[in-house]
Amino acid sequence: MDFKDYYQIMGVERDASQDEIKRAYRRLARKYHPDVSKESDAEIRFKEVGEAYEALKDPEKRAAYDQLGANWKAGQDFQPPPDWNAGFEFRGGGYTGRDGADFSDFFESLFGQGFGGAQGHTSHAGFRQQGQDHHAKILIDLEDAYQGATRSIGLQSPEIDKQGHVHTKQRTLKVKIPRGVKQGQRIRLPGQGSPGMGQAAAGDLYLEIDFKPHRLYKVDAHDVYLDLPIAPWEAALGANIPVPTPAGPVDMKIPAGTRSGRKLRLKGRGIPGKTPGDLYVVIQITLPPADTDTARAFYEKMQQELAFNPRSNMGV
Amino acid sequence: MTQQVLNGILLDESTELSLSDLCRVCASPAEWVIALVEEGVLEPVGYQQTQWRFPVDSLQRARTAMRLQRDLGINLAGVALAVELLEEISRLENRLRRLDLDEPS
Repeated sequence: MDFKDYYQIMGVERDASQDEIKRAYRRLARKYHPDVSKESDAEIRFKEVGEAYEALKDPEKRAAYDQLGANWKAGQDFQPPPDWNAGFEFRGGGYTGRDGADFSDFFESLFGQGFGGAQGHTSHAGFRQQGQDHHAKILIDLEDAYQGATRSIGLQSPEIDKQGHVHTKQRTLKVKIPRGVKQGQRIRLPGQGSPGMGQAAAGDLYLEIDFKPHRLYKVDAHDVYLDLPIAPWEAALGANIPVPTPAGPVDMKIPAGTRSGRKLRLKGRGIPGKTPGDLYVVIQITLPPADTDTARAFYEKMQQELAFNPRSNMGV
Repeated sequence: MTQQVLNGILLDESTELSLSDLCRVCASPAEWVIALVEEGVLEPVGYQQTQWRFPVDSLQRARTAMRLQRDLGINLAGVALAVELLEEISRLENRLRRLDLDEPS
């Protein structure tokens, strides 16, 4: 197990005051809070900071941690010395406020057990409490929202054993993704959360739908956007052209004189549902390259014969 | 090994949540949810608390509010402001993504 340097994580000196530690925590928590932060590793950093603060904010835990000495380096292989916390009197549970299952093995080995008993997880006879709800994200393809799908999701969920210790358990669920789901919607799976205590019911699992980025389409609520390249003559003369959609190609009429950037709507071709979304085709006129003599000759002929000044309304 | 396929319940726009639904999903007491209503973070329909029906996006709002308050130690007025600003940022980011203007990652 790796040693964790909680002072380094918090960016404070080993002799920092409790107030300094609190200020450092508040600042880092705001910076890495998963609801606020744009950092890619925000969630991991946030948990690290939370764990460091959990250890350092409590003078008893901090004193015990300091007892390990200052010579440990972060990442160094670590086993707590036997009786390392002898002589410290720990009041209260090992965890306060936060879910202890988020913490590392390192934290668990120091403060998880013997810190005021089983952290209130022991099940008393006759005690009934509904299991906790769990929340997770599931990444799906846009096409899944059009057709519906069955997807497997791997979940890590904390479990509490008979001794009251928290373990992480891996499990895989197969879940039906209904047709017409949208970004950010949730699927509730009753009874798939934490088991209840006593005879009480298990909690529920909430899966938040998240679309994988798509090569062609962008999604906004139930509308879908597609950038569609067309040839200059298709734009100028009008054309019937095939257009890809997540449900398969359709034919679309390009009106004569279509400008680049124009949005054409394919009604009802967005994400399906009671009120299906629309598919917006954003026109991008794409020039054939002038990389052969023939192509260059064509462009020169246009230049001579069309007398076209695209900047005429700019007075130049 | 064949595994059972789970059929969940899709919480779409037609889904409404009760006060006790929100309490459960946020693992918070009713007083806390009521305080969010008083702060204007959640807007239920219905006159009496027992009849309150919350629109489905309340679930996300309440959970964000719960995490911000728990993790950052901000009061409810601050939470309300943060939730509104976060939603505005997310709307703008969606728009940028649609227009292909998002930052290259």
